[in-house]
Amino acid sequence: MKKEWPLWEVFVRSKNGLEHRHFGSLHAADAEMALENARDVYTRRNEGVSIWVVESKYITASNPEDNGELFEPARDKVYRHPTFYDLPDEVKHM
Amino acid sequence: MKNQDLYNYVLGIADNSLILGQRLGELCGHGPNLETDIALTNIALDLFGQTRSLYQYAAKLEGDGKTEDDVAMLRLERDYKNVLLVEQPNQHFGHVIARQYLFDVFHYQLMTALLNSKDETLAAIAAKSIKEVSYHKRFSGDWLKRLGDGTQESHEKMQEAIDHFWPYTDELFDMTASDEKMAADGVGVNVSAMKDAYYKEVSELLEEATLEVPENPYFKKGGKEGIHSEHMGYILTELQYMQRTYPNMTW
Repeated sequence: MKKEWPLWEVFVRSKNGLEHRHFGSLHAADAEMALENARDVYTRRNEGVSIWVVESKYITASNPEDNGELFEPARDKVYRHPTFYDLPDEVKHM
Repeated sequence: MKNQDLYNYVLGIADNSLILGQRLGELCGHGPNLETDIALTNIALDLFGQTRSLYQYAAKLEGDGKTEDDVAMLRLERDYKNVLLVEQPNQHFGHVIARQYLFDVFHYQLMTALLNSKDETLAAIAAKSIKEVSYHKRFSGDWLKRLGDGTQESHEKMQEAIDHFWPYTDELFDMTASDEKMAADGVGVNVSAMKDAYYKEVSELLEEATLEVPENPYFKKGGKEGIHSEHMGYILTELQYMQRTYPNMTW
Protein backbone atom coordinates (compact mmCIF):
# COMPACT_ATOMS: atom_id res chain seq x y z
CA MET A 1 0.00 0.00 0.00
CA LYS A 2 1.37 3.34 -0.99
CA LYS A 3 -0.89 5.22 1.37
CA GLU A 4 -1.62 3.93 4.85
CA TRP A 5 -5.19 3.78 6.03
CA PRO A 6 -5.91 5.88 9.13
CA LEU A 7 -5.80 4.35 12.57
CA TRP A 8 -9.00 3.61 14.50
CA GLU A 9 -9.58 2.82 18.16
CA VAL A 10 -11.93 -0.05 18.93
CA PHE A 11 -14.23 -0.26 21.95
CA VAL A 12 -16.16 -3.44 22.65
CA ARG A 13 -18.99 -4.10 25.08
CA SER A 14 -18.42 -7.66 26.17
CA LYS A 15 -21.94 -8.19 27.47
CA ASN A 16 -25.11 -6.25 28.06
CA GLY A 17 -24.96 -4.10 31.16
CA LEU A 18 -21.21 -3.62 31.01
CA GLU A 19 -19.53 -0.57 29.53
CA HIS A 20 -17.59 -0.50 26.27
CA ARG A 21 -13.91 -1.05 26.91
CA HIS A 22 -10.91 -0.19 24.79
CA PHE A 23 -9.80 -3.35 22.99
CA GLY A 24 -7.10 -2.04 20.69
CA SER A 25 -6.64 -0.33 17.38
CA LEU A 26 -6.61 -1.18 13.68
CA HIS A 27 -6.34 0.35 10.23
CA ALA A 28 -9.32 0.99 7.97
CA ALA A 29 -10.27 3.31 5.12
CA ASP A 30 -13.51 4.51 6.72
CA ALA A 31 -15.88 3.90 9.64
CA GLU A 32 -17.82 1.12 7.97
CA MET A 33 -14.65 -0.82 7.17
CA ALA A 34 -13.32 -0.13 10.66
CA LEU A 35 -16.44 -1.73 12.12
CA GLU A 36 -16.12 -4.83 9.93
CA ASN A 37 -12.41 -5.11 10.63
CA ALA A 38 -13.05 -4.75 14.35
CA ARG A 39 -15.62 -7.54 14.13
CA ASP A 40 -13.05 -9.82 12.50
CA VAL A 41 -10.01 -8.84 14.53
CA TYR A 42 -11.47 -8.43 18.02
CA THR A 43 -14.76 -10.31 18.35
CA ARG A 44 -14.20 -13.58 16.53
CA ARG A 45 -13.92 -15.51 19.79
CA ASN A 46 -17.30 -14.38 21.01
CA GLU A 47 -15.98 -11.37 22.93
CA GLY A 48 -18.66 -8.84 22.22
CA VAL A 49 -22.23 -7.69 21.82
CA SER A 50 -21.52 -4.16 20.61
CA ILE A 51 -18.64 -2.34 18.93
CA TRP A 52 -17.71 1.35 18.79
CA VAL A 53 -14.98 2.64 16.53
CA VAL A 54 -13.52 6.12 16.51
CA GLU A 55 -10.70 7.47 14.41
CA SER A 56 -7.67 7.81 16.64
CA LYS A 57 -7.03 11.42 15.63
CA TYR A 58 -10.26 12.48 17.34
CA ILE A 59 -9.04 11.31 20.72
CA THR A 60 -7.45 14.02 22.82
CA ALA A 61 -4.96 12.52 25.22
CA SER A 62 -3.44 14.03 28.32
CA ASN A 63 0.24 14.79 28.14
CA PRO A 64 2.41 12.58 30.40
CA GLU A 65 4.46 15.69 31.21
CA ASP A 66 1.39 17.14 32.88
CA ASN A 67 0.92 14.14 35.15
CA GLY A 68 2.23 16.10 38.13
CA GLU A 69 -0.36 18.81 38.09
CA LEU A 70 -3.15 16.54 36.80
CA PHE A 71 -2.91 13.56 39.11
CA GLU A 72 -0.60 14.13 42.05
CA PRO A 73 -2.90 16.48 43.96
CA ALA A 74 -5.40 13.61 44.27
CA ARG A 75 -2.94 11.26 45.93
CA ASP A 76 -3.19 12.50 49.47
CA LYS A 77 -6.93 13.03 49.52
CA VAL A 78 -8.11 9.61 50.65
CA TYR A 79 -11.23 11.21 52.09
CA ARG A 80 -12.54 11.47 48.55
CA HIS A 81 -13.11 7.72 48.69
CA PRO A 82 -16.16 6.75 50.73
CA THR A 83 -14.04 4.55 52.96
CA PHE A 84 -14.91 6.14 56.29
CA TYR A 85 -18.45 4.92 56.56
CA ASP A 86 -19.60 1.83 58.43
CA LEU A 87 -21.65 -0.18 56.02
CA PRO A 88 -24.38 -2.50 57.28
CA ASP A 89 -23.70 -6.13 56.34
CA GLU A 90 -26.89 -6.23 54.26
CA VAL A 91 -25.46 -3.77 51.75
CA LYS A 92 -23.48 -5.64 49.18
CA HIS A 93 -21.45 -4.61 46.16
CA MET A 94 -20.25 -1.27 47.50
CA MET B 1 -25.49 -47.24 1.00
CA LYS B 2 -29.16 -46.64 1.60
CA ASN B 3 -29.44 -43.23 0.05
CA GLN B 4 -26.86 -42.54 -2.64
CA ASP B 5 -28.74 -39.46 -3.90
CA LEU B 6 -28.78 -37.81 -0.49
CA TYR B 7 -25.09 -38.65 -0.06
CA ASN B 8 -24.28 -37.04 -3.41
CA TYR B 9 -26.41 -34.05 -2.57
CA VAL B 10 -24.71 -33.44 0.76
CA LEU B 11 -21.29 -33.70 -0.86
CA GLY B 12 -22.31 -31.24 -3.58
CA ILE B 13 -22.83 -28.58 -0.92
CA ALA B 14 -19.92 -29.65 1.28
CA ASP B 15 -17.27 -29.75 -1.45
CA ASN B 16 -17.95 -26.15 -2.52
CA SER B 17 -17.22 -24.95 1.00
CA LEU B 18 -14.18 -27.19 1.45
CA ILE B 19 -12.46 -26.11 -1.74
CA LEU B 20 -13.29 -22.43 -1.40
CA GLY B 21 -12.10 -22.56 2.22
CA GLN B 22 -8.86 -24.18 1.07
CA ARG B 23 -8.35 -21.41 -1.49
CA LEU B 24 -8.93 -18.73 1.14
CA GLY B 25 -6.66 -20.58 3.54
CA GLU B 26 -3.82 -20.13 1.06
CA LEU B 27 -4.04 -16.41 1.82
CA CYS B 28 -3.39 -16.84 5.54
CA GLY B 29 -0.40 -14.62 6.20
CA HIS B 30 -0.57 -13.25 2.64
CA GLY B 31 -3.58 -10.94 2.80
CA PRO B 32 -3.17 -7.36 1.56
CA ASN B 33 -3.06 -6.16 5.17
CA LEU B 34 -3.46 -7.57 8.66
CA GLU B 35 -7.18 -6.83 9.01
CA THR B 36 -8.17 -8.25 5.64
CA ASP B 37 -5.94 -11.26 6.16
CA ILE B 38 -7.79 -12.11 9.37
CA ALA B 39 -11.17 -11.48 7.74
CA LEU B 40 -10.46 -13.87 4.86
CA THR B 41 -9.16 -16.54 7.21
CA ASN B 42 -12.29 -16.12 9.35
CA ILE B 43 -14.41 -16.78 6.29
CA ALA B 44 -12.33 -19.87 5.49
CA LEU B 45 -12.88 -21.16 9.03
CA ASP B 46 -16.63 -20.51 8.80
CA LEU B 47 -16.72 -22.56 5.61
CA PHE B 48 -14.72 -25.40 7.17
CA GLY B 49 -17.05 -25.43 10.17
CA GLN B 50 -20.08 -25.72 7.92
CA THR B 51 -18.55 -28.33 5.68
CA ARG B 52 -17.43 -30.39 8.65
CA SER B 53 -21.04 -30.84 9.76
CA LEU B 54 -21.92 -31.90 6.23
CA TYR B 55 -19.05 -34.41 6.00
CA GLN B 56 -20.03 -35.89 9.35
CA TYR B 57 -23.52 -36.35 7.97
CA ALA B 58 -22.16 -37.85 4.74
CA ALA B 59 -19.94 -40.27 6.67
CA LYS B 60 -22.96 -41.38 8.67
CA LEU B 61 -24.91 -41.97 5.46
CA GLU B 62 -22.03 -43.92 3.98
CA GLY B 63 -21.79 -46.05 7.12
CA ASP B 64 -19.18 -48.81 7.15
CA GLY B 65 -17.15 -47.03 9.84
CA LYS B 66 -16.32 -44.08 7.60
CA THR B 67 -15.37 -40.80 9.24
CA GLU B 68 -15.56 -37.17 8.19
CA ASP B 69 -11.84 -37.28 7.35
CA ASP B 70 -12.32 -40.20 4.96
CA VAL B 71 -14.99 -38.31 3.10
CA ALA B 72 -13.21 -34.95 3.06
CA MET B 73 -9.64 -36.07 2.46
CA LEU B 74 -9.47 -39.42 0.75
CA ARG B 75 -11.63 -39.25 -2.35
CA LEU B 76 -10.23 -39.08 -5.87
CA GLU B 77 -10.53 -35.91 -7.94
CA ARG B 78 -13.43 -37.23 -10.01
CA ASP B 79 -15.43 -37.83 -6.83
CA TYR B 80 -15.35 -34.18 -5.74
CA LYS B 81 -18.52 -32.38 -6.73
CA ASN B 82 -17.63 -28.71 -6.25
CA VAL B 83 -18.30 -26.16 -8.97
CA LEU B 84 -15.38 -24.88 -11.07
CA LEU B 85 -15.78 -21.37 -9.65
CA VAL B 86 -14.46 -22.20 -6.18
CA GLU B 87 -11.33 -24.02 -7.36
CA GLN B 88 -10.02 -21.10 -9.45
CA PRO B 89 -6.74 -19.58 -8.20
CA ASN B 90 -6.60 -16.47 -6.01
CA GLN B 91 -4.42 -14.23 -8.20
CA HIS B 92 -4.89 -10.60 -7.04
CA PHE B 93 -7.21 -9.37 -4.27
CA GLY B 94 -9.86 -8.31 -6.79
CA HIS B 95 -10.07 -11.92 -7.97
CA VAL B 96 -10.48 -13.16 -4.41
CA ILE B 97 -13.34 -10.71 -3.86
CA ALA B 98 -15.05 -11.38 -7.20
CA ARG B 99 -14.96 -15.15 -6.74
CA GLN B 100 -16.18 -14.79 -3.17
CA TYR B 101 -19.06 -12.47 -3.98
CA LEU B 102 -20.25 -14.52 -6.95
CA PHE B 103 -20.29 -17.56 -4.67
CA ASP B 104 -21.70 -15.82 -1.58
CA VAL B 105 -24.86 -14.59 -3.30
CA PHE B 106 -25.56 -18.14 -4.45
CA HIS B 107 -24.58 -19.64 -1.10
CA TYR B 108 -26.93 -17.31 0.76
CA GLN B 109 -29.83 -18.17 -1.55
CA LEU B 110 -29.11 -21.87 -1.18
CA MET B 111 -28.93 -21.79 2.62
CA THR B 112 -32.11 -19.71 2.82
CA ALA B 113 -33.98 -22.25 0.70
CA LEU B 114 -32.44 -25.16 2.58
CA LEU B 115 -34.00 -23.92 5.84
CA ASN B 116 -37.22 -25.50 4.54
CA SER B 117 -35.65 -28.85 3.76
CA LYS B 118 -37.57 -31.90 4.91
CA ASP B 119 -34.22 -33.31 6.03
CA GLU B 120 -33.77 -32.12 9.60
CA THR B 121 -29.98 -32.33 9.55
CA LEU B 122 -29.69 -30.20 6.41
CA ALA B 123 -32.19 -27.67 7.73
CA ALA B 124 -30.25 -27.42 11.01
CA ILE B 125 -26.93 -26.94 9.21
CA ALA B 126 -28.52 -24.24 7.05
CA ALA B 127 -29.88 -22.47 10.12
CA LYS B 128 -26.44 -22.44 11.70
CA SER B 129 -24.69 -21.36 8.51
CA ILE B 130 -26.93 -18.59 7.36
CA LYS B 131 -25.65 -15.84 9.64
CA GLU B 132 -22.09 -16.60 8.66
CA VAL B 133 -22.92 -16.63 4.98
CA SER B 134 -24.84 -13.40 5.36
CA TYR B 135 -21.69 -11.76 6.74
CA HIS B 136 -19.53 -13.24 3.97
CA LYS B 137 -21.80 -11.63 1.39
CA ARG B 138 -21.69 -8.32 3.20
CA PHE B 139 -17.88 -8.43 3.34
CA SER B 140 -17.33 -9.38 -0.30
CA GLY B 141 -20.12 -7.08 -1.54
CA ASP B 142 -18.67 -4.10 0.34
CA TRP B 143 -15.22 -4.71 -1.10
CA LEU B 144 -16.63 -5.14 -4.58
CA LYS B 145 -18.26 -1.72 -4.30
CA ARG B 146 -15.16 -0.12 -2.86
CA LEU B 147 -12.85 -1.43 -5.54
CA GLY B 148 -15.32 -1.04 -8.41
CA ASP B 149 -16.14 2.52 -7.42
CA GLY B 150 -12.61 3.29 -6.23
CA THR B 151 -9.66 4.50 -8.26
CA GLN B 152 -9.25 4.07 -12.01
CA GLU B 153 -6.84 1.20 -11.37
CA SER B 154 -9.01 -0.62 -8.83
CA HIS B 155 -12.02 -0.21 -11.14
CA GLU B 156 -10.19 -1.78 -14.06
CA LYS B 157 -8.86 -4.66 -11.98
CA MET B 158 -12.27 -5.33 -10.46
CA GLN B 159 -13.95 -5.34 -13.86
CA GLU B 160 -11.32 -7.72 -15.18
CA ALA B 161 -11.87 -10.02 -12.20
CA ILE B 162 -15.66 -10.04 -12.64
CA ASP B 163 -15.25 -10.73 -16.37
CA HIS B 164 -12.84 -13.54 -15.52
CA PHE B 165 -15.18 -15.39 -13.14
CA TRP B 166 -18.47 -14.66 -14.87
CA PRO B 167 -18.30 -17.73 -17.15
CA TYR B 168 -18.25 -19.93 -14.04
CA THR B 169 -21.51 -18.62 -12.56
CA ASP B 170 -24.00 -20.55 -14.69
CA GLU B 171 -22.82 -23.89 -13.35
CA LEU B 172 -24.08 -22.93 -9.88
CA PHE B 173 -27.62 -23.47 -11.17
CA ASP B 174 -27.11 -26.80 -12.92
CA MET B 175 -28.92 -29.76 -11.46
CA THR B 176 -27.33 -33.20 -11.32
CA ALA B 177 -29.53 -36.28 -11.35
CA SER B 178 -29.21 -36.51 -7.56
CA ASP B 179 -30.08 -32.80 -7.22
CA GLU B 180 -33.28 -33.37 -9.23
CA LYS B 181 -34.21 -36.36 -7.12
CA MET B 182 -33.59 -34.56 -3.83
CA ALA B 183 -35.46 -31.43 -4.93
CA ALA B 184 -38.43 -33.58 -5.94
CA ASP B 185 -38.40 -35.16 -2.47
CA GLY B 186 -38.42 -31.77 -0.76
CA VAL B 187 -35.01 -32.47 0.73
CA GLY B 188 -32.91 -30.50 -1.74
CA VAL B 189 -33.31 -27.14 -3.39
CA ASN B 190 -34.27 -26.53 -6.99
CA VAL B 191 -31.33 -24.23 -7.68
CA SER B 192 -32.21 -23.80 -11.35
CA ALA B 193 -35.19 -21.73 -10.19
CA MET B 194 -32.91 -19.32 -8.29
CA LYS B 195 -31.02 -18.18 -11.37
CA ASP B 196 -33.03 -15.04 -12.20
CA ALA B 197 -32.96 -13.79 -8.62
CA TYR B 198 -29.22 -14.42 -8.52
CA TYR B 199 -28.37 -12.48 -11.66
CA LYS B 200 -30.71 -9.69 -10.62
CA GLU B 201 -29.03 -9.27 -7.24
CA VAL B 202 -25.51 -9.51 -8.64
CA SER B 203 -26.28 -7.10 -11.49
CA GLU B 204 -27.69 -4.52 -9.10
CA LEU B 205 -24.58 -4.59 -6.98
CA LEU B 206 -22.29 -4.44 -10.00
CA GLU B 207 -24.19 -1.38 -11.18
CA GLU B 208 -23.78 0.21 -7.76
CA ALA B 209 -20.07 -0.58 -7.99
CA THR B 210 -20.03 1.20 -11.40
CA LEU B 211 -19.05 -2.09 -13.06
CA GLU B 212 -20.46 -3.57 -16.21
CA VAL B 213 -22.44 -6.77 -16.15
CA PRO B 214 -20.55 -9.10 -18.50
CA GLU B 215 -22.36 -10.52 -21.47
CA ASN B 216 -20.95 -13.93 -21.92
CA PRO B 217 -22.42 -16.51 -24.23
CA TYR B 218 -20.00 -19.23 -23.12
CA PHE B 219 -20.15 -20.79 -19.71
CA LYS B 220 -17.68 -23.23 -18.22
CA LYS B 221 -19.00 -26.18 -16.28
CA GLY B 222 -18.26 -29.75 -15.26
CA GLY B 223 -17.23 -29.58 -11.62
CA LYS B 224 -20.56 -30.82 -10.33
CA GLU B 225 -20.06 -33.99 -12.39
CA GLY B 226 -16.47 -34.37 -11.23
CA ILE B 227 -14.85 -32.93 -14.36
CA HIS B 228 -12.55 -30.33 -12.86
CA SER B 229 -10.16 -27.70 -14.16
CA GLU B 230 -6.39 -28.23 -14.18
CA HIS B 231 -6.15 -26.45 -10.82
CA MET B 232 -8.05 -29.06 -8.85
CA GLY B 233 -5.27 -31.66 -8.74
CA TYR B 234 -2.90 -29.20 -7.12
CA ILE B 235 -5.45 -28.24 -4.48
CA LEU B 236 -6.09 -31.87 -3.61
CA THR B 237 -2.40 -32.68 -3.48
CA GLU B 238 -1.92 -30.09 -0.78
CA LEU B 239 -5.22 -30.81 0.96
CA GLN B 240 -4.78 -34.58 1.09
CA TYR B 241 -1.07 -34.75 1.75
CA MET B 242 -1.29 -35.31 5.50
CA GLN B 243 -3.97 -38.00 5.48
CA ARG B 244 -2.30 -39.87 2.63
CA THR B 245 1.21 -39.70 4.04
CA TYR B 246 0.22 -40.45 7.62
CA PRO B 247 -3.04 -42.41 7.35
CA ASN B 248 -5.50 -41.86 10.20
CA MET B 249 -3.34 -39.19 11.77
CA THR B 250 -5.02 -36.82 14.19
CA TRP B 251 -3.78 -33.62 15.75
